[in-house]
Amino acid sequence: MTRQTKLNFPHPPARPDETPDFSAIDIPEAGILDVPPPDLKAADSHDYAQSLIRILNDQGDAVGPWADYIADQEDESLLQGLRDMLKMRAVDKRLLNAQRQGKTSFYLQCTGEEAIGCGFQRQLEQGDMNFPTYRQQSLLIAADYPLRDLMGQIYSNACDPLQGRQLPIMHSAREHGFFSISGNLGTQYVQAVGWAMGCALRGNGKIAAGWIGDGATASNDFNSALLSASVYQPPVVLNIVNNQWAISTYTGVASGQSKTYAERVLGYGIPALRVDGNDYLAVIAVSRWAIQRARNGYGPIAIEWFTYRAAPHSTSDDPSAYRPKDEALAWPLGDPVERLKTHMIKRGIWTEERHAQSEAELLAEATAEQKEVEKYGTFVNPQPISPAEIFRGVYADMPEHLRRQRQEMGY
Amino acid sequence: MARMSMIEALHSAMDKKLSDDASVLVFGEDVGFFGGVFRCTAGLQEKFGEERVFDTPINESAIVGLAVGMAAQGMRPCVEVQFADYVYPAYDQITQEAARLRHRSNEQFTCPIVVRMPTGGGIFGGQTHSQSPEALFTHVAGLKVVIPSTPYDAKGLLIASIEDPDPVIFLEPKRIYNGPFYGDHSGKSVPWSQHESSEVPEGHYTVPLGKAVVRQPGNDITILAYGTMVYVAEAAAKQAGVDAEIIELRTLLPLDLDTIRHSVEKTGRCIVVHEATRTSGFGAELIAEVQEACFWHLKAPIRRVAGWDAPYPHAQEWDYFPGPERIAAALKLAMEE
Repeated sequence: MTRQTKLNFPHPPARPDETPDFSAIDIPEAGILDVPPPDLKAADSHDYAQSLIRILNDQGDAVGPWADYIADQEDESLLQGLRDMLKMRAVDKRLLNAQRQGKTSFYLQCTGEEAIGCGFQRQLEQGDMNFPTYRQQSLLIAADYPLRDLMGQIYSNACDPLQGRQLPIMHSAREHGFFSISGNLGTQYVQAVGWAMGCALRGNGKIAAGWIGDGATASNDFNSALLSASVYQPPVVLNIVNNQWAISTYTGVASGQSKTYAERVLGYGIPALRVDGNDYLAVIAVSRWAIQRARNGYGPIAIEWFTYRAAPHSTSDDPSAYRPKDEALAWPLGDPVERLKTHMIKRGIWTEERHAQSEAELLAEATAEQKEVEKYGTFVNPQPISPAEIFRGVYADMPEHLRRQRQEMGY
Repeated sequence: MARMSMIEALHSAMDKKLSDDASVLVFGEDVGFFGGVFRCTAGLQEKFGEERVFDTPINESAIVGLAVGMAAQGMRPCVEVQFADYVYPAYDQITQEAARLRHRSNEQFTCPIVVRMPTGGGIFGGQTHSQSPEALFTHVAGLKVVIPSTPYDAKGLLIASIEDPDPVIFLEPKRIYNGPFYGDHSGKSVPWSQHESSEVPEGHYTVPLGKAVVRQPGNDITILAYGTMVYVAEAAAKQAGVDAEIIELRTLLPLDLDTIRHSVEKTGRCIVVHEATRTSGFGAELIAEVQEACFWHLKAPIRRVAGWDAPYPHAQEWDYFPGPERIAAALKLAMEE
């Protein structure tokens, strides 16, 4: 008796007009996992790769060994974290608005994922380098990147540090530890490993952080990066942001039968942790632990940040065509801003009133800066950057054929 | 001065740069302990240590991707892809990352890497040990594409490439690693030691990128060639009894149009030869440039002799490789027109 061969095609738990269903997602209680020793091995990290490191429980209390690990955390750093996230949300809101008004061609929000970049960035040192994707603008916000530069890039105007060469959101900010974003997915993951190898060869004490989404773990360079990191053991933190969606494609299409992305990493001999990406305290605790581990020469470490892409993929996307409209509201890990707010109010360092005030202030700050930057031109009111910029920087020195083409254009 | 083969000259270039510049690194498949399948890196790991010269997993995308990350930070990786035929997994990293990093980041990050790869046929290498993929790189803004044909140039161009601030695709014609090849496969191969261009200085020198050279002066017709075809063209001109001026491009991108133009304006005739397949090959670009720059000086159509538009075969090696007979026939035709 033979069984018929049959292909498997993964489907999300719910499609438009269906009730969101996250019942298959196992959410472990907060506080149940220990803080591992810095020399954690892949073989000893199965619990961390299968479970979920969480600090904030449903009541908003910080519990467990990871809460103790960051007990020295000053109230100020939580206030800072909340401000970072609120600022991120205000900037996303303003720039989404700008795209809707036709002032920029394209935008891409990180709604629901703010905690990850904001928390991680605050644990880095000057000179460390992120190799981000297009959805880690929160790293820039927490690195205090000037809004003028950030917004100038979105408007491709005279404030744009990249002189209009790049699609909006493809930032590059070397001084703020933010590597040049490429439209080609996965490529930066292996470059991060190369940068980290350079750090080790120079002995400069710096680390690199790679960033990739759940969908892009399917790219060749995910393997290239993990294998290289496994072989050479450089100081790199390899982040996987699992937000459940790759444009319209459900995460099950990228993960196959593997339960978690963190587990997949273990096969490379690299230890991996899986973390509640909407728990700001868990983000700063695990980021601090992982970054210190890398800096102290224990080799590469991977982190799967478990979160949900609450916004559309981009301004060119309409998620109501492939998932329930209210799916984000049903996401069992909630909203990172709300959860930190609840915790801080409980802790007695924050109030609803201060929250509303802070939200309004940050939105006003973003709006004011936006108006200022818009004076230098927008998509509907362009003040063109010199077309001669097309030819500059292709090479260190402009070769003859580019000189001729520039002249042909009249510059 | 010493007599060197092209392999020894390339080795000498890397040895010199590894000695002079602590940021220079050499890595790739089998380049470390073993010294490379063509011996180009023999002994370098022993001399400079594993942190400077090392083996990599068989993953071209990783080899180049790691190099991009290292270079952006300030290292100068000179990496090897074992055969040009195997560069394709790295194509994303080369064309979308290395080539564009300076431009897209407005020079915040740069990519001074060299990707060395043995190229070309004439060795019974079959489909995946004979390809000439240069046109896939000359089409990419931000890259430089270099191909030497003598030991002297190989060393000088490789040092210049490692010192260059931009990414360089460095193609090494493996048919002439050990000696020049004039296309006569029946005879005994001649080692470099019997050729004058195997005189190679032991120390530091460079051959500038972007400069072609007149390999053989002549008045009747200009032959544009590079790599192994420089020698085959020389033999073909002799066979056809034509006073041909052979221009060796050395750098395909950026192209030295001035040297080409001066020659074609003098001769009024031009043929282009390359091993790569014909359609959309680099020859098409050369012909277009010559046509545009020298139209009123031309006495005959510009012709090209190239590999056939088919995958590189094994058994039919010499029917495929553009040998002296085919080039001689094209020269005669061009002279009659």
